[in-house]
Amino acid sequence: MTTKNWCQLCCKRAAPELNNGFGINNGYGINNSQGRIYRRRKFVNSLVMTASVLTTLFGLFWLVWLLWTLLSQGLQYLKPSVFYLATPPPGSSGGLGNAILGSVVMTFVGVLIGAPAGILAGTYLSEFARESKIAMVIRFANDILLSAPSIVLGVFIYEVVVVSMGHFSAWAGSLALALIALPIVVRTTEDMLHLVSNSVREAAAALGTPQWKITVSIVFRAARSGILTGVLLAVARISGETAPLLFTALNNQFWTHSLNAPIANLPVVIFQFAMSPYDDWQHLAWAGAVLITLTILIINVLVRVFLKTSKTVF
Amino acid sequence: MKTDMNTENTLDGSIGGSLFNTGIKSDNFMPASIKRGIVLDRIFYHFTRFSAWAVLAVIIAIIVSLFIGAAPSIRKFGFGFLSSSSWNPVTENFGAFVPIYGTLVTSLIAMVIGVPVSFGIALFITELCPQFLKRPIGIAVELLAAIPSIIYGMWGLFVFAPLFGDYVQPFISSYMGPVPLIGKLFSGPPLGIGVLTAGIILAIMIIPFMSAVIRDMFEVVPPVLKESAYGMGATTWEVIRHVVIPYTKTGVVGGIMLGLGRALGETMAVTFVIGNANRIHASLFMPGSSISSSLANQFTEAVGKMYTSSLIELGLILFLITFIILAMAKILLLRTAEKQGRRK
Repeated sequence: MTTKNWCQLCCKRAAPELNNGFGINNGYGINNSQGRIYRRRKFVNSLVMTASVLTTLFGLFWLVWLLWTLLSQGLQYLKPSVFYLATPPPGSSGGLGNAILGSVVMTFVGVLIGAPAGILAGTYLSEFARESKIAMVIRFANDILLSAPSIVLGVFIYEVVVVSMGHFSAWAGSLALALIALPIVVRTTEDMLHLVSNSVREAAAALGTPQWKITVSIVFRAARSGILTGVLLAVARISGETAPLLFTALNNQFWTHSLNAPIANLPVVIFQFAMSPYDDWQHLAWAGAVLITLTILIINVLVRVFLKTSKTVF
Repeated sequence: MKTDMNTENTLDGSIGGSLFNTGIKSDNFMPASIKRGIVLDRIFYHFTRFSAWAVLAVIIAIIVSLFIGAAPSIRKFGFGFLSSSSWNPVTENFGAFVPIYGTLVTSLIAMVIGVPVSFGIALFITELCPQFLKRPIGIAVELLAAIPSIIYGMWGLFVFAPLFGDYVQPFISSYMGPVPLIGKLFSGPPLGIGVLTAGIILAIMIIPFMSAVIRDMFEVVPPVLKESAYGMGATTWEVIRHVVIPYTKTGVVGGIMLGLGRALGETMAVTFVIGNANRIHASLFMPGSSISSSLANQFTEAVGKMYTSSLIELGLILFLITFIILAMAKILLLRTAEKQGRRK
């Protein structure tokens, strides 16, 4: 495995009569050079361990700082009016009502398109294609889609939907979000269906159950919480996505009732308001930021309660 | 997954194809319920297959449509697009060098800071952490990974950048500035925002993601291997260095590349703090732009076919870069998964 082995390093230098396998522990203080090696190994070890603790503190430090800023800056501006007033022009008071509604609608439509397709595709990979060549190719494509820059997905939807429709619309935004939700659901569904024991499928097949019934009423039921987890994770992911909405759903200062028109949505409003020079816009941006973060954190915590595993699903 | 391992291969045939190819359907003496089951089976099968192919179709459609959208710009500028640093919407003369440079440099900074730190965090969680802290810290790291990038960007712009510009940048430039060669990187006015700030925010963003992936890798090392090393008197670091790392090497590199893929494509966090100037400075303190920030800032305002097309070509370049990185990451991860005898 490695050319340089700690054991060789140490034992070779030890006096032959001490080299009895306990040399590492016994050698301390007996032989001068051995003691030095022992001390150095301990020193290097504690050095790395200290560094490891420090990096963890470093990582957690940002989380604490970020959340503390969000709560201290945002909570004070999170008034009830934020939820029911529309986004204001600069200088007057208002809320984020239309943006919240737009985000909820687009997330909902996006998941409604992405989740069923994702569950079916995951089913195909897990129940039918399994280890075949085409399954490998689709799995690969799915992983690429999973980590593709979301802004590129936005450009793609812009070209395909916005240009052909001639205008920005909530439909285009929802489709872009669906493209982000799709690979997450495919991945989790496939992983979760794989956890269902094959003997369950065999037992059902032995009773003459058709394949679709085995899948839908037995395998799906067994993996229900896992599949739901995937959908929830997808919701959490797309509710904070900004980049793909910039040039698909655009933004709208008013309440919209049509999915065929540009629609206000929280992430883009936060972006616009945070970058603006107006104080009350920036305050609303903080309120929106707290809202989005809390929603996503709550969904993530729920997911972990649902599914008591620490496996990372990305 | 582990329990399925033995039965998986033997079952493959019966679940995969044979139900559809047994020739039962030609039998006229089948009860109607079974016939209906077979029909429904086929419908169900084709539905799932269609959805799975749709995933593949989307990827192909993305590449094709980006190429079509970028075609005017590709025809006009050719490969010179990659090396030209002009970006002039008035004369319609575009080049991608500055955004590509910005994307690569910010990602590089993010990796230089992020990789050692995520490694340390993964090491802490798997080897050092007391049992009762393991889950809370693991969850905290995962939550940090779930926070959307726009929040990082906002925090970076309003909270981090001013403090960084007031206290850290003058400090860095007074100490690093006189150093030959790298001194130039840390000179210039302490603006707060700029390429270095964008890189640091990116690092903070990808640390939780990479440490989660590396931790998952570390956790699959068979305990027997580690225990035998400990049994021989190895220190924790020696166990990591000589057992855990060799065992998980490819997987860890794959995880790091997934993080790199994220850093390259990250939009909002970078857009907030990079400063969006189409210039290349020797100094990392100066504003710049990345591919994704150029797209986010200019795409909706782009007028004229050539302008839009050049922006789409930027998107195409970004997609191709990340595609290559992700493909390499995926191959490395697959290789570890094979070694562990499980699918990934």
